[in-house]
Amino acid sequence: MSKKEDHVVNKVETTGYEWDGIKELNNPLPRWWLYVFYTTILFAICYAVYYPAIPLIERNTEGLSNYSSRKELENEMAAVKSSHATMLELIKTMDVSDIQSDPKLARFAAAGGASNFKVYCSQCHGSGAQGGVGYPNLNDDDWLWGGSINQIETTIRHGIRYEADEDTRYSEMPAFGRDQILSEEQIIAVANYVCSLSGLEHEESVIALGAMVFTENCSSCHGDDGKGINEVGAPNLADKLWLYDKSKKAILSQIINPQHGIMPAWGNRLGDIIVKELAVYVHGLGGGE
Amino acid sequence: MHKAIKLSIAACAGFLALFMAANAKDVVYEFHSYLFLIFAVAIAFWLIGRDEDNINLNSYMDGPIRSGVVATVFWGVLGFAVGVFASSQLAWPDFNIAPWFNFGRVRPLHTSIVIFAFGGSALLCTSFYVVQRTCRVRLFGGDLALFVFWGYQLFIVLAGTGYLLGNSTSKEYAEPEWYIDIWLTVVWLAYLVVFLGTVIKRKEPHIYVANWFYLAFIFTIAVLHVINALAIPVSLTGSKSYSLFSGVQDAMIQWWYGHNAVGFFLTAGFLGMMYYFIPKQAMRPVYSYRLSIVHFWSLIFLYIWAGPHHLHYTALPDWAQTLGMVFSIMLWMPSWGGMINGLMTLSGAWDKIRTDPIIRMMVTALAFYGMSTFEGPMLAVKSVNALSHYTEWTIGHVHSGALGWVGMISFGAVYFLTTKVFRSDNLYSLKMVNWHFWLATLGIAIYASVMWVSGIMQGLMWREYDPEGFLVYSFAETVDAIHPFYVARTIAGILYLLGGLVMAYNIGMTILASKSNAKASLTVLERPA
Repeated sequence: MSKKEDHVVNKVETTGYEWDGIKELNNPLPRWWLYVFYTTILFAICYAVYYPAIPLIERNTEGLSNYSSRKELENEMAAVKSSHATMLELIKTMDVSDIQSDPKLARFAAAGGASNFKVYCSQCHGSGAQGGVGYPNLNDDDWLWGGSINQIETTIRHGIRYEADEDTRYSEMPAFGRDQILSEEQIIAVANYVCSLSGLEHEESVIALGAMVFTENCSSCHGDDGKGINEVGAPNLADKLWLYDKSKKAILSQIINPQHGIMPAWGNRLGDIIVKELAVYVHGLGGGE
Repeated sequence: MHKAIKLSIAACAGFLALFMAANAKDVVYEFHSYLFLIFAVAIAFWLIGRDEDNINLNSYMDGPIRSGVVATVFWGVLGFAVGVFASSQLAWPDFNIAPWFNFGRVRPLHTSIVIFAFGGSALLCTSFYVVQRTCRVRLFGGDLALFVFWGYQLFIVLAGTGYLLGNSTSKEYAEPEWYIDIWLTVVWLAYLVVFLGTVIKRKEPHIYVANWFYLAFIFTIAVLHVINALAIPVSLTGSKSYSLFSGVQDAMIQWWYGHNAVGFFLTAGFLGMMYYFIPKQAMRPVYSYRLSIVHFWSLIFLYIWAGPHHLHYTALPDWAQTLGMVFSIMLWMPSWGGMINGLMTLSGAWDKIRTDPIIRMMVTALAFYGMSTFEGPMLAVKSVNALSHYTEWTIGHVHSGALGWVGMISFGAVYFLTTKVFRSDNLYSLKMVNWHFWLATLGIAIYASVMWVSGIMQGLMWREYDPEGFLVYSFAETVDAIHPFYVARTIAGILYLLGGLVMAYNIGMTILASKSNAKASLTVLERPA
């Protein structure tokens, strides 16, 4: 091989050096590569002229746009605030039942309520408000403390058995078994009677005794017909909806040593407006009875 | 250096470690002091036991490279496995095993093993190999190269065990505590001395392009590491320290470091690898010397300014955000210069993609390199970033670079190196390389696409407002929505891990076979006739 050919591969000259068998061709820079590179530089310069970019001794160049990301955020926040301002003011001054009867306002409040429900309520009541064992389903017609919009608002504002709030809703079912208020025989009888109210499996032979025990011990809260009393948060026992498990075992357990759910008071945490929005939203799910 | 001097340094280090262990204020520091002690004692025994007359100074120093190949494969497989575990924790939170194996500790373990242990070992051994061959001299500094390799392995073990024991500065990709940082600085400066010394005493008139990239990587990482790690320890005999920086300054230093760890560790270093192993494997000349010069200097000049794009729409001043964005955009073509040079080097050898699975890996590496270095500048544009930031899209971007570019080019280099430094004629199985290629490629493709989809979905859900101006989704709903993608991502990771295991078996069998028919040949430092 001649000297010349040694430095030529595929008709392109190499640099003439070789490292461990590697040669380098001396192809020119690809044109498109170079022009795209120049374009990005040009774009960078224009962008830096338009926006704040170059740090000087005391401050930086402001750019032709006079842009500031803080100002942009402030403007956007202000725009949202002002577009909501009228609605929020109305919600603040009006009673929830009046809010509900104004379709435009109700739609706005329900949207706000839905958004807040997902953040503050869904952890217990589920993202579809379907509830769970021990956490009420808010879509059905069964309301422990009442399903009118004002009752729902009070529940949200002051919570249930939430001791930090003086006006919290409070009630406690006696522990008929644990505190030996009723005998074992009476408890089994009344449990069977409660089962019979909603058509659950039960033993017919003890129903008479159960009915008597119920009238003497339970009807003051759950009502003579077992349909519950909202004022004391006593559940309806005659329907097919159960807060805890739908079984005789769960009913027995509740009579012997009852569980009492707690719901936080949201009034102080979320403020008046969000509480009202939540009330409108929740009432829209399954309010009324 | 005289044996006695080396021994006394090892002895001093041993006594220092004993002193540290005896006065340790916390259990992690004590444990690490004993690791130091074991390291010093092992060096001392090795120094006493070895036969110095048997070293042939006329041959290339391949010992640390052989260890490096094994370390790269080992850390690779381990890092992928920890990645699969971390990914499973996100899909199924029950995999969080408190306190050692919580996600918060496993995640830095994964990132450090894959970047610093797998990537770092690959860079160490390939740079030692490449600099000797392209300078035609033995490594400078004698045993110093061995110290660099084993000292770096000690750094990895200290860092990794530290994370699991709850020892972290909480600076991303720089989690090791102050004393581990000091140790890494010592090792890294020794690395610089070995590499630069070898380049200086070279027998070739010019410095090969791969060595520019390796040198830029070694030098810049030293600067980045030292500045970002500046901290004040609570006690010299305790592990806890506090960073010298706070607030937005801390954030800026952190991402100046973090972004250039990507730029110089994962890009420049691996471009060095690419510039040697692709022309060697393809047996073709490098496409353009001119392009390599222009893209090298523009890359290293522009990269160092791009860090602020990690802090768009934060407390960082607007002017810094602007600069971070425009420098990232200008970085697009300099990054692509490497891809063009690599791909065009293959012109005239494209048929090898069909026949040579190693070339196929290298081409795939370049394709993913090109993809992620386009995606990077795009994500740095503020309006795109407003959607993508904090979403899974970022994770997808990082992994298309890490699994695709860094992983694939390292696998190619490891397959190439194994036959050279273990003096075996062939790999144990080329078919297995092919399997590795397809498992890894499928893994990356699934990983990147599910993270793109879930990231964009997540970003859109976060910012969705209803007509009344209220947020439509709660955070928990967005987590629920990306769960299936988390599961798919774990499957993708398992595929990639399987590829790694196939490689480990293949490399292991190749090494075993080479031991049985060891040739007594020595590499001679002369230019081939």
